[in-house]
Amino acid sequence: MKRLLVLGGGTAGTMVVNKLRRRLDRAEWQITVVDQNDTHLYQPGFLFVPFGGYQPAELVKPRQRFIPAGVGLVLGEIDRVDADAGTVLLTDGRQLGYDYLVIATGVTPRPDQTPGMLGPQWRKSIFDFYSLDGATALARALQDFDSGRLVVHIVDMPIKCPVASLEFAFLAEAYFRRRSMRDRVEIAYVTPLGGAFTKPVASAQLGSMLDERKIALETDFMVERIDDETKTLVSYDEREVPFDLLVTVPLNMGADYLARSGLGDELNFVPVDKHTLLSRAHDNIFAIGDASNIPTSKAGSVAHFSVDVFARNFCQHVAGRPMTGSFDGHANCFIESGDGKGLLIDFNYDTEPLTGAYPVPVVGPFGLLRENARNHWGKLAFRWMYWHLLLPARPIPLPAHMSMAGKHRPDTQEE
Amino acid sequence: MPVTTIGDTQVHVDTEGFLTDYGEWDDGLARQLAATIGIELTDAHWKAIRFLREDYASQGETATLRRVATLAGVSVKELFTLFPGKPAKKMAYVAGLPKPKGCV
Repeated sequence: MKRLLVLGGGTAGTMVVNKLRRRLDRAEWQITVVDQNDTHLYQPGFLFVPFGGYQPAELVKPRQRFIPAGVGLVLGEIDRVDADAGTVLLTDGRQLGYDYLVIATGVTPRPDQTPGMLGPQWRKSIFDFYSLDGATALARALQDFDSGRLVVHIVDMPIKCPVASLEFAFLAEAYFRRRSMRDRVEIAYVTPLGGAFTKPVASAQLGSMLDERKIALETDFMVERIDDETKTLVSYDEREVPFDLLVTVPLNMGADYLARSGLGDELNFVPVDKHTLLSRAHDNIFAIGDASNIPTSKAGSVAHFSVDVFARNFCQHVAGRPMTGSFDGHANCFIESGDGKGLLIDFNYDTEPLTGAYPVPVVGPFGLLRENARNHWGKLAFRWMYWHLLLPARPIPLPAHMSMAGKHRPDTQEE
Repeated sequence: MPVTTIGDTQVHVDTEGFLTDYGEWDDGLARQLAATIGIELTDAHWKAIRFLREDYASQGETATLRRVATLAGVSVKELFTLFPGKPAKKMAYVAGLPKPKGCV
């Protein structure tokens, strides 16, 4: 009996076991997932919680419900992986052996990594919305916020769902307008990047959307510390940004057990081949989803598209054949822009997010880098798809590899 | 790829002036590249540049500030002093490596 052990029962890990349980013979393969709790969170929903869009309970379901029959779920905290021995040790002393290991423990926001962030202002005037309790606490703070300076901030890249901080700024602007208090609130968007986003076409479009909304943009800002007495962000090059309410995206890091096991880089991401997701150090370890170091967005869509390629590759690899699938870094993300509208971006390792249309049978096409209501409804409908189609790995009519169909190439753009 | 002349050497660069051929770089060129952006290289600069060169050779990507700080032991604060303004870009430029990719 061969043993496949999957660390992490989140978006990527759950899709992996659903795909592989169908592909791997039950008489030959035992599959086990390890997670520290039985709570599966719908993370894309966190963005809406501060504005009263979702109640926290709507975003939580038991993990067990999405783990298929024939796959074991072990609840426990991982202490370390011994890659040479092929074992995983849990903090309670249990030991799990494996023949193949899939690391899918994602990334976690780490407010402890920025001096001053976890001080007396944490959850008082400093909030994050990448955790359910953070988003819930922020909902209360926004309700009480009457006037002043809101700063939306990213500590460093990469972060999961890299557009979420922009979406937060757009939604906050619309929220203050709706409550007839926009004139009493100053909004600033502070980023370590050189523009609103990473790539030129999207950065220009999203930058002008900040401009239209009178959201000030502070670029190339690498935060060194937060002065919690003066309520100021201080950068390494000694710029200062004062705030009354700070909504920050803390440094995102992979799990600490990966550092203890010698499997992570400086941010605890697992170095892998970006096309096959196979560990660069171990021939029987893969990393999938946010946990790896592949140079694309840390996002559920990436996990989804890469699992499609990974599942076929895995079966070839364990049979001793060369892996023929090659993941292209495909990502797509809806971007909420406020007032019931949204945008869509679709890109991969080689093609930046472009304008145009994204064809989807029946419900599409969606507008790329263009605001409309259909994109907003697409984003809301996604919650249903996530629980019912995505996690169980049922067929979704979106090709794994990015397509140029409908996209405007930058050199042929008329705009 | 455009070709430009740095000092008396011809090198291949991208549209922003970053070297595109790893092999065309040497210490002398680094000093000249640094001079074009107003930096005189000290031992502390070299420590970061040597790490960047070696790391690129093994990883295939230009190291981030955080990676240099963690693995080469030159703090982010110090990198901002050594390469003022935009240290990640300036280090890559002097080390003859591609501009670091902001991950999407």
